[in-house]
Amino acid sequence: MSPRVRLVVAGILTLLLLGGASVYGITEIAAYRARLDAPSQMRTTNNTSDSTNAPRVVFRNTAVGAGYGLVARVPLDTPEGTRSVSTLSCDRVFETTSHTMCLRIDRGIVTTFSATLLDHAGNTLRTWGLPGIPSRTRISPDSRLVAFTAFVTGAAYATVGFSTATEITSVDGHDYGNLETFGLTVDGKPLTATDRNFWGVTFTQDDNVFYATAASGGNTWLVRGDLAARTLTAIRRTAECASVSPDGSRIAYKKNVSTTATAYWSIAVLDLRTGEESMLPEKHDVDDQVEWLDDSTILYGLPRIEQPGDSDVWSIASSGSGSPRLFIEHAWSPSVVR
Amino acid sequence: MRVSSVVITLGIVSMLTDISSESVAAILPLYVTSALGLSTIAYGFIDGLYQGVSAIVRIGGGWASDRADRPKWIAFTGYALSALAKMWLLLATGFAAIIAVITIDRLGKGIRTAPRDALITAESDPSTLGRSFGVHRMLDTIGAILGPLVAFLILWLIPTGYTVVFVVSLATAAVGVIILGLLVPDRRPRRERIVAGLARNPFRWASLTDRRLRRLMVVAALLGVLTIGDGFVYLSLQARTDFAALWFPLLYVGTNVAFFIFAVPLGRLADRVGRGRVFVGGHVALLLAYACTVVPFGGNATTIVCLLLLGAFYAATDGVLAALAGQFTPEGSTASGIATAQTVVALSRLFASTGFGVLWFGLGRGGAVLVVTAALVVAIVIAATLMRPLNRPIPTQEEARNSS
Repeated sequence: MSPRVRLVVAGILTLLLLGGASVYGITEIAAYRARLDAPSQMRTTNNTSDSTNAPRVVFRNTAVGAGYGLVARVPLDTPEGTRSVSTLSCDRVFETTSHTMCLRIDRGIVTTFSATLLDHAGNTLRTWGLPGIPSRTRISPDSRLVAFTAFVTGAAYATVGFSTATEITSVDGHDYGNLETFGLTVDGKPLTATDRNFWGVTFTQDDNVFYATAASGGNTWLVRGDLAARTLTAIRRTAECASVSPDGSRIAYKKNVSTTATAYWSIAVLDLRTGEESMLPEKHDVDDQVEWLDDSTILYGLPRIEQPGDSDVWSIASSGSGSPRLFIEHAWSPSVVR
Repeated sequence: MRVSSVVITLGIVSMLTDISSESVAAILPLYVTSALGLSTIAYGFIDGLYQGVSAIVRIGGGWASDRADRPKWIAFTGYALSALAKMWLLLATGFAAIIAVITIDRLGKGIRTAPRDALITAESDPSTLGRSFGVHRMLDTIGAILGPLVAFLILWLIPTGYTVVFVVSLATAAVGVIILGLLVPDRRPRRERIVAGLARNPFRWASLTDRRLRRLMVVAALLGVLTIGDGFVYLSLQARTDFAALWFPLLYVGTNVAFFIFAVPLGRLADRVGRGRVFVGGHVALLLAYACTVVPFGGNATTIVCLLLLGAFYAATDGVLAALAGQFTPEGSTASGIATAQTVVALSRLFASTGFGVLWFGLGRGGAVLVVTAALVVAIVIAATLMRPLNRPIPTQEEARNSS
């Protein structure tokens, strides 16, 4: 081939490839717009004003169509009923009777991540920038404290390894800072390894006591935190994303049961009085911070494998008797408000 | 003198490949967590692993290129491998498959870097080699800036449009491979030397025993073990200002913008005042970037100055190191020489980031930075002394011909 012919061939192939990719992209955008404008696949209403204070389950609506990705709620007694969809967009949400925590991916040409605290009327009280993809958030039962976790995912490939950032702060503005600044004790000895990571805070009825996950060297621990003393004490190995039951007697968490390098999580329940751990009969890989529906039932999200970006909320008895039940279809990140 | 059109073509190939790789890299954590519903925990574990694999493969790529005297086609293999990885990404579903795809992509990068830099050396006048590398790295960095922006633009338009990102990534990688294959001449650096009567020897590792090259490696290793990585600098900035916290995911784009701005000016400066001086000087910029993270006044200006310094550090060291290594190895062994120098730097930096972690927890953040900063001051002084004999001006091709 002469240089001229090579140049022409390269030009034609470039146009074909880039043109083909553009056509595919534009088709996909059009298809996405059409899906977005289509009515939701679930029964929804935009009216969120009635019975705002009624007991409810608040979650992220993942039903295809209008309202995708927005915070929605259903009455606690009829979770399969019509969902009231708000205008608030969150990737992870937690609500109490007086406040809402919303972790969000702020999409754009420059994509950033944020956490927002809102009051009951939906007014923004405070916003934090997050160092990466939102992971978990919780508000204490008395709505005085909030906690949030994000992955640290800023840099390309290898500049920052896996790490998480977890902060606790009070609703009235007192920052307790990153959990990395707390003292960690494992088996009675301080643990100061370089690769310590913390995530998944859960609060208790006592504002000074919380639970979280600590990790180092491939191990994870359920840790009990003392907010005033700024300490974390490991109470059990191999436990992540704890959630304390409403009566404070048990803690549910995800437990890595995999024997390979790739994690596989099952739900476990620890009785704090007897120290006995029982595994629940959910066979799927559960990567979520579970939520208690009541003192005997646990809620958790499972992604839909065939539909990226969609998921369902399931329920299971905390006693380990009975099988999982579909609780809310096309939903994620449930919180029970009563 | 203008920069060779082949260097510019190679720059465009790198730019397209970087758009392809960086667009995927930018959204991969999001894809793994939001779309696949997996945790990113295992993602971090492999970082160190493929850093090491990539370093070993790099030497292999350099050796194969010199041995076969075919830098273009060895580089082509590396670029093609990365493009194939993108094709697999469209079919991959599990976490293991994604790890495999990333590893293949990195292997491709390891293979292609040294042969491509050897081609740039073969295509350039020795007296303006710094500028040639500057132009190449500038184009390369445009790709690193555009990649994440293209990916996030697509996800902005279609929040679940990961497949679109993968298709665009594959298309740009394929265009890069096609341009390299069709438009870059198949140079045979060693055969050309033999034909010109300038060399007879086939490739031997012994060609890498030039005293100046060894001295360069010592300096590169000495400075490399004190290069603790941008991740740490970003984390320090993020902990201090809300501005940096909000823009944390994009700080590396800021560094790349600075790299892009400084690549050509610093390459030209290296040709004029001595490449060794600019290489060592780049580490002064790094030193100041460390200082930025501990100065008591941490505002938005500090963050921006810090990113500019990091970008200047890369602009003064990345291409300049390749130019230095190319300068000190005989033609026909350039790829191995460059590969060895780059591997020395990669491994010493890997050692640095691990060692720094230990120091951090021993002394706290401030103390650790102070120790590294102080050590870097001493290292820069030693490096500057060692590099002094290497700073003689480089004759142009014409002058070289006249004197021989």
